[in-house]
Amino acid sequence: MATIVVEVMLKPEILDPQGQAVASALPRLGFNFAKAVRQGKRFEIEIDGEPTPAQIAQVEDAAHKLLSNPVIETYVIKVEK
Amino acid sequence: MAFRIGVVTFPGSLDDFDAARAVEMAGGTAGPLFHASDDLKEVDAVVLPGGFSYGDYLRCGAIARFAPIMESIIVAAEHGFPVLGICNGFQVLCESHLLPGALTRNQGLHFLCRDQKLKIENTKTIWTSGFTEGQEIVIPLKNGEGSFQCDDETLDMLESQGRVIARYVDFDPNGSRNLIAGITNARGNVVGLMPHPEHAIESLTGPSEDGLIFFTSALQQLVGR
Repeated sequence: MATIVVEVMLKPEILDPQGQAVASALPRLGFNFAKAVRQGKRFEIEIDGEPTPAQIAQVEDAAHKLLSNPVIETYVIKVEK
Repeated sequence: MAFRIGVVTFPGSLDDFDAARAVEMAGGTAGPLFHASDDLKEVDAVVLPGGFSYGDYLRCGAIARFAPIMESIIVAAEHGFPVLGICNGFQVLCESHLLPGALTRNQGLHFLCRDQKLKIENTKTIWTSGFTEGQEIVIPLKNGEGSFQCDDETLDMLESQGRVIARYVDFDPNGSRNLIAGITNARGNVVGLMPHPEHAIESLTGPSEDGLIFFTSALQQLVGR
């Protein structure tokens, strides 16, 4: 069994108020390391066996059509064992 | 015979009854449409109402966009069929790529509910023809993800083609680019609007009756077709 991971992030030029809220909450807890925070989404898709190139292509298609909105987001696909 | 304007109900739609009532108050006949059917039931136009279709899971409007009724609406809209998307309906239209851009989380993170002043900037669309250019109206705004975002190229295109139909006035509620509250497609048959005209159709329950003009505009335009 393998897991295909799709990570979706807002494009850098798109305002991320949730990330900004996290960034401003960190110092209140004494965490002063963050210059900026961006928040995204992670999808873990379980499949049987090793992913074939055709399956990866299908995930790519799904990431483009459904899992992300290409107008405001980018995605990265990885395979984890 | 009164023209029939369909109102789509998705799982999680909230304002479908108000939208249908606005259609009737404007002199039309409201036709209920259901997300799971691709049958437009011979309506003359469609309203995609506000609410939280499919719980706003994934992204607002992202799952509604693949409902069977949307497949029919997308094809029809590309051929000039009038479609008005209000709030969640606007989000569905952007996810469907019938309108450019996207609606993202409000800049202040808060869900906002207020009577909002707007300036109508394009009176050439099917849904705004009854307004005068520059007319200021007040209708309710209520959303958590109403910040209109797009790239610079799209923004230039919208502005240069006069496709911004309404802008927020006096107050920036959500960080929308260029204070955009609503836009139209190139043909003027598809309009998306974040604030809610269907909640401003009579003085007893709304801040004004300004919202009714969106619906009377469409009914008048349908006569001329």
